[in-house]
Amino acid sequence: MSSLKITSGRLANTDAETTVLIRDGHIAALGEAAERESADRDFDAAGCILAPGFVDLCCNLREPGNGQKGNIASESLAAAHGGFTTLCASPDTSPVNDSGAVTNLILDVAAKRSAVRILPVGAITRGLEGDLLSDMAGLASAGCIALGNGARPVKNARVLRRCMAYAQTFGLTVMFSPENQALAADGYAHDGLVASRLGLLGIPEVAETAAVMEMLLLAEETGVRLHLSQLSCARSVEMLADARKRGIAVTADVAMHQLLFTEEALAGFDSRYHVRPPLRSEQDRQALLAGVRDGVIDAITSQHQPHDSAAKQAPMAATEPGLSTIESTLSMGLLLVERGELDRASLVRALTTGPASVIGRSAELREGAVADLCVFDPAASWRQGDTNLCSVGRHVPLPGKDLPGVVRLTLCNGRQAWPHNNL
Amino acid sequence: MTANDPSSTSLQLTADGQLRHFLTLDGLNRTLLTEILDTADSFIEVGERSIKKVPLLRGRTVVNLFFESSTRTRSTFELAAKRLSADVLNLDINTSATSKGESLSDTLLNLEAMASDMFVVRHSQSGAPHFIAESVTPGVAIINAGDGRHAHPTQAMLDMLTIRQHKGRFEGLKVAIVGDVLHSRVARSQIRALNELGAAEVRVIAPATLLPRDVESLGCTVEYDMARGMKDLDVVIMLRLQKERMEGALLPSEREFYRLYGLNREKLALADPGCIVMHPGPINRGVEIESAVADGPQSVILNQVTNGIAIRMAVMSMAMGGQMAERNRKLAGRAEG
Repeated sequence: MSSLKITSGRLANTDAETTVLIRDGHIAALGEAAERESADRDFDAAGCILAPGFVDLCCNLREPGNGQKGNIASESLAAAHGGFTTLCASPDTSPVNDSGAVTNLILDVAAKRSAVRILPVGAITRGLEGDLLSDMAGLASAGCIALGNGARPVKNARVLRRCMAYAQTFGLTVMFSPENQALAADGYAHDGLVASRLGLLGIPEVAETAAVMEMLLLAEETGVRLHLSQLSCARSVEMLADARKRGIAVTADVAMHQLLFTEEALAGFDSRYHVRPPLRSEQDRQALLAGVRDGVIDAITSQHQPHDSAAKQAPMAATEPGLSTIESTLSMGLLLVERGELDRASLVRALTTGPASVIGRSAELREGAVADLCVFDPAASWRQGDTNLCSVGRHVPLPGKDLPGVVRLTLCNGRQAWPHNNL
Repeated sequence: MTANDPSSTSLQLTADGQLRHFLTLDGLNRTLLTEILDTADSFIEVGERSIKKVPLLRGRTVVNLFFESSTRTRSTFELAAKRLSADVLNLDINTSATSKGESLSDTLLNLEAMASDMFVVRHSQSGAPHFIAESVTPGVAIINAGDGRHAHPTQAMLDMLTIRQHKGRFEGLKVAIVGDVLHSRVARSQIRALNELGAAEVRVIAPATLLPRDVESLGCTVEYDMARGMKDLDVVIMLRLQKERMEGALLPSEREFYRLYGLNREKLALADPGCIVMHPGPINRGVEIESAVADGPQSVILNQVTNGIAIRMAVMSMAMGGQMAERNRKLAGRAEG
């Protein structure tokens, strides 16, 4: 049985220096008790922060079916590089994860090749087509931890209501990205100042807020546990807070890039920042940050969407949405901390205990817990370039910029996931 | 305030402020816009000669790269290039490579391999000329002939030339743009140009369904009522209305649009007596404009067409000049190094 002792690191939540002893995949001891023990290997974490391994509620692994954009091995390693130990895998695969067979395939590949823990999210409608219910109970028993429709819309409110009611029967959590398809139409940018100036087709805020309201009303009626994925509007955060007060069982997340960028990133037609939901106004960004700080928004996700280079080599309307973010999610968060827009405790909470609680898990550094850890140096910096990225997706949010925060060690189940040369 | 996009500015201009591409009017200052107008003025005389040619682009290859059908714009660009003595290649992309699945990037690589010097680009997607300008080999100039809803800078500049010819100035002018501003790349470029050149007021007159979100941020005021909007106008620019707007539930009918926003003699009478009437074309008589107004004494619509050739000659020669100057600077730098 191997053991590892991490010394001189500071706990993310208290900033207190401590020692952590890892043995047999678990945290065997903390603090003085850990100091007294010896281990097979020591890791000096001086100057580093010790945090629970990050949990991502929305990650596109592209396997099965889109090998040119990424695969479980490459994207899970990228996740470990970013300090993530648990990934909720989007059902947007090919074939779609709408059957136990596909779920089993994902879990089998993950068991063989993944650097971190993969938790599949099943498709709530067959083929993600949005009109027929998937075998939800079967998906859950195969290992899906929640159900959703990925980035695809459900056909109408009637289907959505039935999806929720059926999922509630089995106590399953449903995850939806709120977007009213009719209002979003052919849009691909925030319907605001920049879209008006550049003549981009806009997605109005109401495309999200109308869908949020509809989903909240249906969740209230059906009693399902609803998770709203990737909010982007100030008004959505307000509605979320009101719904919580009414006692609706609803949680929510925001993509990290929504907290850092606004519609202005599209000036100059940079299709790198073509994401969905679109980057919105500064007012929206501030409201989303406040939502994270106040705990109204439970989690920050990477919304990692690796692509091959051709997917972004076209005029914006013809490019595929999404950023390759999982390796820089922590750094983007630390940039916000540097700017004073987010405190480190809120950041770590939104990457760890917040998302873990959404899927009914825990993410804590305590004796007896599974050893999922991230050790990062907040004072060190790095630059994203072709030589130091693990993801197939090279359309990173801040290319060539000095980014704060270097992940020194990622442990998943006590096993070293990053750096990977010692696996 | 009209926002300027710094990335467009650095893409369009050389280090010493010369044009190297002509993609948008954003980021171009009054001095440069005036220089374009002055250069175009000097080319008007070329069109009046018996031999309508100057040798500025002799030996250069200009490719008209039209991903959207166009008659007027393509013809004037072709004429402009030929009057500058360039070799011109017209490509109908609708029936060529990209419709066979070739990507835009690959199409460009193939065209560059033919040693083209300039691409005149029309595309249905906003930002396509920017994408092409960022992709092409240095030394190749890109001229935007209209992209999606974004910009139609040569059309706006020929409109400015027409206004200057008839009004002699921009300062103090009250200009209205009437109709489908939402879908209009022309209107966006016109608003930008008028603001930069010092017009006193730019009004947009349209129903709310045909206006972009936060349209005032472009540098204009909004008027829903045409009668009020026509008051004291020096220039009225009518925009084209496409039939799809009714199908998209943006308007109830052409008839209602004409009744409320079509320019007829009664509405024109509400403007300043010297008000000129403009339209980027093609016009829909009885939808946007009454024939008696389109063909009337205040109409300068045909002048716009004539000025289109001179403006396009101006921007093509200036962009090629900018590319050449940049290339010579680099060569001189290497020689010194």
